Amino acid sequence: MIRPTTSDQFSPISLRPAPLEVRDLTVAYREKPVLWDVDLVIPEGQLCAIVGPNGAGKSTLLKAVLGMVPRASGTVQFFGQPLQAVRRHIGYVPQRSSVDWDFPTNALDVVLMGLYGRLGWFRRPGRAEREEAMRALEQVGLAAFAQRQIAQLSGGQQQRVFLARALAQNSDLYFMDEPFAGVDAVTEEAILQVMHELKGRGKTVVVVHHDLETVRDYFDHLTLLNVQVIASGPLEQTFTAENLKATYGERMSLGR
Amino acid sequence: MELFLAIFTDYTLRNVALGAALLGLVGGVLGSFATLRRQSLLGDVLAHASLPGICLAFLLTGVKAPLVLLLGAGAVGWLASLLMLAILRTTRLPEDSALGVILSSFFGFGIGLLTFIQHSRNSNQAGLDKFIFGQAATIVGEDVATMALLGGVALLLVGLLYKEFKLISFDPAYAASLGLPVRGLGTLLTSLTVVAVMIGLQTVGVVLMAAMLIAPAAAARQWTNRLSSMIWLSAGFGVLSGLLGALISATRENLPTGPLVVLTASLISLFSLLLAPERGLVWDWQRTRANRRRIRLERLLLDAHVLHNHAELTPLSLAQRRRSTPARAKAELEELAAQGWVVQRNDHWELSERGHAEAHRLEQAMRVLPKTLGPLVGGGMGGAS
Repeated sequence: MIRPTTSDQFSPISLRPAPLEVRDLTVAYREKPVLWDVDLVIPEGQLCAIVGPNGAGKSTLLKAVLGMVPRASGTVQFFGQPLQAVRRHIGYVPQRSSVDWDFPTNALDVVLMGLYGRLGWFRRPGRAEREEAMRALEQVGLAAFAQRQIAQLSGGQQQRVFLARALAQNSDLYFMDEPFAGVDAVTEEAILQVMHELKGRGKTVVVVHHDLETVRDYFDHLTLLNVQVIASGPLEQTFTAENLKATYGERMSLGR
Repeated sequence: MELFLAIFTDYTLRNVALGAALLGLVGGVLGSFATLRRQSLLGDVLAHASLPGICLAFLLTGVKAPLVLLLGAGAVGWLASLLMLAILRTTRLPEDSALGVILSSFFGFGIGLLTFIQHSRNSNQAGLDKFIFGQAATIVGEDVATMALLGGVALLLVGLLYKEFKLISFDPAYAASLGLPVRGLGTLLTSLTVVAVMIGLQTVGVVLMAAMLIAPAAAARQWTNRLSSMIWLSAGFGVLSGLLGALISATRENLPTGPLVVLTASLISLFSLLLAPERGLVWDWQRTRANRRRIRLERLLLDAHVLHNHAELTPLSLAQRRRSTPARAKAELEELAAQGWVVQRNDHWELSERGHAEAHRLEQAMRVLPKTLGPLVGGGMGGAS
């Protein structure tokens, strides 16, 4: 098994602790472990992909890290702090298929939900929040669709609404669960543009990704996952035939 | 009108109407969340499960004061709903099975207790079985006050936590990522639904209660695409059902209030499902039909266009091309003529200018199709142009 130690990916100049540091994380539903002894360090200000076959535990990794599924063991730190301390600085983009899009609400309303964490209990969003949500919608090219019932948006537009909601949170670290799954070319372009804009502002983006063909073009950092971490590090070091074979098994090619 | 005024003058009618309206209001609001969270049947479970609660409260205290019985009902209903949610979370039992098991076991237990009480020669027991189907006529001013208090607290909490309830109903995973206690808020919403059920027990009873959670909300969803308006509408429909049901039942002797309230709510719901603009089934059906007809006419026009250009357009040639009968082809040509796409000249037909333009437009549209739809239709479309 190829397993480069994660600590040497740190830039030695950086004094800030890594945006995400996972140690010995194990997650088990019922009998089988979904994630086994995962160690992971995500470097700051980079676009990071988590790639692996179906059932490799990619989404579970995001959910376990964000405290949505219980961990059997392990520690997770964000910028050197526990989740509770930094929750508002973390943006999460769930899988599009995880919600009922026939819910009676419009695009702007969904984006406003990104500000609920900041608003705190009981307070309702006001005009300032609506303006902020509109700016996030503009960023993903959906300003004209603000009042549109969400069921009447295309799949790609729905994905962009979710993205805008996370953007409105104005976080330092973003987790996106399969944002490129089944979207149109316009949306793919919009997501990429937003990702690069975030990177330009020094934000860190962690993306669960499916498509090996685009990994090289989209990301700086790659984690190959199949229950365990097979390899994690800068793209040019980790995106190798040998690692892919270890992740996907024999029948996988580089797809070029 | 006289009857309507009686609400203000007739003591019994006023209490019954107020009780039914309160039930509609609270049931409408909480039912909105329950249906959106796909938990409307949970309301049915906890309504049925409250029957043993009523019996236990009576057995333990020996009193028949509504407040005592309602509290017993609420406690056991609440327990059943928590058990239900726990079963869903921890076992692999499918949701409908879990609902069925909990509902029938609790309700069966309740019926058992009820029979036991009825045979226990406790002279005080008469009337306990009224909670199965409700008996609104027994509602007195004090009951209305109790209902108003319970409902007021429930609505106040919904008002305060509206944004949180909305988020956990739409996207619980995201709500959890923001640090909201999703499970706790969900349990609170379910508990408030128990309160709605408690309010409805005297009026509509345990069996029909679920309708007051589902019908107004389902009706309201048809008319709006915004959660806030849906909740207001649902509350409005609930109140309307309560008032109308109470009034109608007062028009004759022996018309039961509870079932009439439920029937009114169901009628509003049926009307909304069929006729609400946009989402109404009738319009949906009409749109589908119009769409099918348009597509059929367009295919017909394209066939006519080919014949017009390369042969002669007659009922006979059209029938041959479309493998139908000349009589049918003639009727089809007349349909095209009604669109202004073809005109008859003696023994044959010709495309009109509009027909040509339309056929041209369709051909252009079809040329793009293979590119966007890919190999799915690529092969078939080539022949048509």
